[in-house]
Formats: sequence, C-alpha cells, structure tokens
Amino acid sequence: MTIRVVIVDDHRLFRSGVRGELGDSVEVVGEAGDVDSAVAAIRELRPDLVLLDVHLPGGGGIEVLRRVLTQQPDVRFLALSVSDSAEDVIGVVRGGARGYVTKTISGAELTDAIARVADGDAVFSPRLAGFVLDAFAATDAPPVDPDLDRLTQREREVLRLIARGYAYKEIAKELFISIKTVETHVSSVLRKLQLSNRHELSRWATARRLV
Amino acid sequence: MVTTQEELPRAHRPHDGRLVSGVCAGIAAHLGLDPVIIRLAVIGLSVGGLGVAAYVALVFFMPPAPAAPPDTDTAGGRSGATAAPTRDRGQLLAYGLVAAGFMVLSMLVTPGFDPALWLIVFGALGTGILWQQTDADVRGRWVASTNFRVRQTWVRSVVGVGLVMVGVTGFLAFRQELSDAREGLSATLAILVGVGVIAAPWVIKLVRERDRERQERVRSQEREELAAHIHDSVLHTLTLIQRNADDPKEVQKLARVQERSLRAWLYQRPADAETTVAPALERLAGEVEEAHGVAIEVVCVGDCPIDPSTRAVLQAAREAMVNAAKYSGTPNVSVYAEVEPEEFMVFVRDRGRGFDLDAVPGDRMGVRQSIIGRMERHGGTARIRTEPGEGTEVQLRIARTREEEPE
Repeated sequence: MTIRVVIVDDHRLFRSGVRGELGDSVEVVGEAGDVDSAVAAIRELRPDLVLLDVHLPGGGGIEVLRRVLTQQPDVRFLALSVSDSAEDVIGVVRGGARGYVTKTISGAELTDAIARVADGDAVFSPRLAGFVLDAFAATDAPPVDPDLDRLTQREREVLRLIARGYAYKEIAKELFISIKTVETHVSSVLRKLQLSNRHELSRWATARRLV
Repeated sequence: MVTTQEELPRAHRPHDGRLVSGVCAGIAAHLGLDPVIIRLAVIGLSVGGLGVAAYVALVFFMPPAPAAPPDTDTAGGRSGATAAPTRDRGQLLAYGLVAAGFMVLSMLVTPGFDPALWLIVFGALGTGILWQQTDADVRGRWVASTNFRVRQTWVRSVVGVGLVMVGVTGFLAFRQELSDAREGLSATLAILVGVGVIAAPWVIKLVRERDRERQERVRSQEREELAAHIHDSVLHTLTLIQRNADDPKEVQKLARVQERSLRAWLYQRPADAETTVAPALERLAGEVEEAHGVAIEVVCVGDCPIDPSTRAVLQAAREAMVNAAKYSGTPNVSVYAEVEPEEFMVFVRDRGRGFDLDAVPGDRMGVRQSIIGRMERHGGTARIRTEPGEGTEVQLRIARTREEEPE
C-alpha cells in the first residue's frame, strides 16, 4: 500500500526535487505553496501524510497544523525545513508535527522517515534530539507533572544516540532493545514534548532564538 | 556698537575661550579684536545698565557655535570626558565673579542689603537653567539620547522651574503684593493650563514622530547591513557556483561553506564565538568541512566556557573530524557534544569504512597522539569504536573543572 503525501513548501523547485527523490512506496497526490492552499488541498485530498515546511507565506507551518488538526486530527505531519532555530523546530513539533527533518536529508532517508511517521511513530533528526535534551535539561525547577515534564533515563539515552547520528537499528543494537522499543521511547518523548505545558519549554526555545 | 553687531551675519558664541556665555568672545572673533577689549567695553557700558541688557539680549540672539562636537555638553571644544570638569569649573568661576560683582555693586548703591535681591537671584538662576535646557534639547534631538541624559534633563527642568517659582512668589510676598497678585495669578494659571491642554497633543505628536524617525533610521541601517552581508557573501558565492558549474565537488563545497556562514550569521550570537565550547566546535567543524569537502553536522547540548581541558577536547575532536573526513570515505560526519555538570563529552561519528584499530601502526600520529594521547594528558579519556565496514565513532570525555562553572 502506498502512502499518499501532500508536499507543502513555498519553493516550487524544492517541491519537484522532493517529488523526484521519493521512493515508490510514496505517492505524491498534491502540492501547495502557502497556508490557504495547503489547508484546502489537505481537506480535499485527505492524504496520509503532509510534508510541511516551517516557513510559509500566510502564517507558517504552525498555522497549517492548527487549522488542519482541529478538522482532521488523523492527518500526520512531518516537518521539513532548512531552519536551525530552536523556536522553529520546537514550535512546529509542539504544534503537532510528528517529526522534524532537515532538507539536507537524502531521498532514501526521507522515504524511510515518511513511512515511519505514517505508521504513527515519531522521527527525530539529530538536531531536534539535541534541542529536546537541552530543553528538558534547561531547568532545575520541580516539574509540575512528573509524568510529562521529565524524560526517563532510557528516553534520554535514546535521544542522545539519535543526536550522535545513530539510526534506530543501531540504537536498538547499542542498548540491547528491539527497534519497536526504540520507537516507543521516541514516541513517548514526542508526546511529552507536545503535551507538557511546562512553559520553560517555549521559553527555552524563545531564549535560544534570542541569545 | 551693540547694534552693529546685531546686523552682522554669522556671529556665534564660541565654546572655546569663553568666560560667561561666549558673547564677548564671539563679537571679538567676528570683529577680529581682542576679547578683552570687548569685555571691558561691555563692563563699561554696564555702569548705566545698558551693557547688561545688551549682553543678556545677545545671549539669546547669538546662536552658539555650530561646530561644537555634540557630545560635550555646554562647552564642546575641548573634546573628551576629561575636559568636562575643568570647563565647568572655569565657567562656574566666571559666573561667580559676575554674581560677586553685582553684589558689590548693589551694596555700593544701597548700603542696607536688600533681601529681595536673593529672590531675584533665585529667579534669574532658574531662568538660566531653563534656557540652557533648550540648547541641550535641540542637541538631544540629533544625538541619540541616553536614559541618563533624559533624567538629567528632567532634574534640570524641575530645579529650574522650582527656582523661578520661589523667586517670583517670594518677591511678591516680600513686597506684600501677593494678595493683590492672587487674582492675576489664578487667571494666569488658568491660561497656562489652557495652553498646556492645547499644546500637549502637539508636543506628544512631536515626541512620537521623533521616536518613530529614530526607529526608522535603525531599521534602515539594519536593512543596509543585511543587504551588504548578502551581497558580500551570498551573491558572491552564487557567482562562484555559476562559474564552477562543471565541478560538482567544488560547487558542493562552496554551497556548504556559504550555508554554514549564513546559518552562523542568522542563528548565532557573534560575540561568544570563541569563549564557549559550542560555537568553537561549530567553527572547527566548519574549517574541516571547508578543507576536506565533507558535510559535518554538529549538535550541541548545553555549553560551557573554554578552559585548558575543554580546549584539549576540542582539539582532539578536530583531529577526529579530520580523520573521519579523510579516511572514512563517506560524505557525512556527525558530531555531538554534551555538557553535563560533571563532564564534557564529544562524539564524532561516521558511517564509513572503519578500520582495525590494532592494525594501525604505532607511528601513526593522528589517532594515538593527537586524540588518545592528548586526552590522557589532560586527564580525560578517548575511546574509539570501529570495525572494518562498521564506521567509526570517537568518544571523548573529560571531567569539568568546578571553578570554571558558568555564572
């Protein structure tokens, strides 16, 4: 079964580049270049997954997430951006994207990441993993909700290995756990990242931008 | 003499070499005479009172010398902060002498000292302060005013107004005319309030416009800076890329270098470039990238100042990056650094061909000396995980020295 994908990016050249690089398991059903057309295309085409750029005319990727997820909560988003700013990365994941990869990713890796996100798992780039580790370590304040506001030792280890450039398979081997368990840990980190309302998270991201 | 002066254009009150407010010095400079002559003439005329009146009028009508550097408040000329106190003292002395002269004069005229004189002095002092203010305000419009300057202006205004009020009411009270003047005063107050109400929106508008202009100026400066940066770096690189279009390796290298520098410019604070480990690591990675044409992704968690031991880690990491770039045969290298309260760690990883560590001859400087040896000398550890075909990861760890804690 192929995964139906909509590509949202304001650079037409980039959209066609991605289209050409994706493997056979992915079918690109539509493209959009700004927030309004993206929302309309997603509503009409009902894709499995949206490849979403962070910077878009009309409010950015976060606006697309906000407008689509209230109507179609089952659409999955994978953010794809050139931005290195923590505010962008954390912002779009907190907004509902299930992963974040940079545009330098190879076609094969991207296809892989798309399959993973379409499966309901999360995809973290090394940089996103680094940001998350940094954000959750940023404060000594006691957590409001320990279940959401703190990473477990194991989650930390997994994130660290992702940040070191390990693939899920390699992480599983390194920690003597199954790939499925690695995926569970990453999804759990994603959930914490999205649901924790510890405002240090957003504050941290903003501060990173400002320093 | 005074009237002729008025008609001549461009007589300025200079900031240099003035005694009281520069009127005499200005006239002298304009006529090409010695200032002493003019001063004596003014003093001579003052006996009848005409000199004083003319002098005061000229203080207002003659503009201060325009060439004064804007920063040195009332007496410009001598530049630098060190000159400020001396000019203040000199002027103070001059004012003091003038005041003393008046007092002596009044004592000569009326032997019984009139206390009302003090009130007049108060009033005059306040008026002087307020009038000087206008100068400072005009300058403040052109000079970016600091908070300090603004506060100073406020203090001066309040003191000036206070002194004038004391002078005026005191004078009236002294003459037992206060009750007579009360009606007039209340009428005046009402008029003043009315004028204030009318003028306030206009004044506020002026102030806002000034602020807006200043912001606009700052913004356009930023735009210019951005344009200059894009021109110097991005456009330049794009031209080079077009010229080297047939050499993919060169094009890739150019693009990577430009990407890195643009990212650094966009997302990093330039000031801490060399004081903490994270930016230093990014810079080292950039250098290796540039030299060897591989892509190195750096992820840092936390940051700490550079000290001898963390610098050793950075150097070892650089060596590891160079090795990965040269020998691994892959175009991608991952670098991960983490600063923990107790420890600083760097991991340099590639998915390249790897090697058999035991098979490396002992005389190969790179791994043994620059990485393992250096780390051990500084009390850290270097671990190398590699197998042929499995890629390589160099793990560097060192304990952090406590006194180098940030903050």
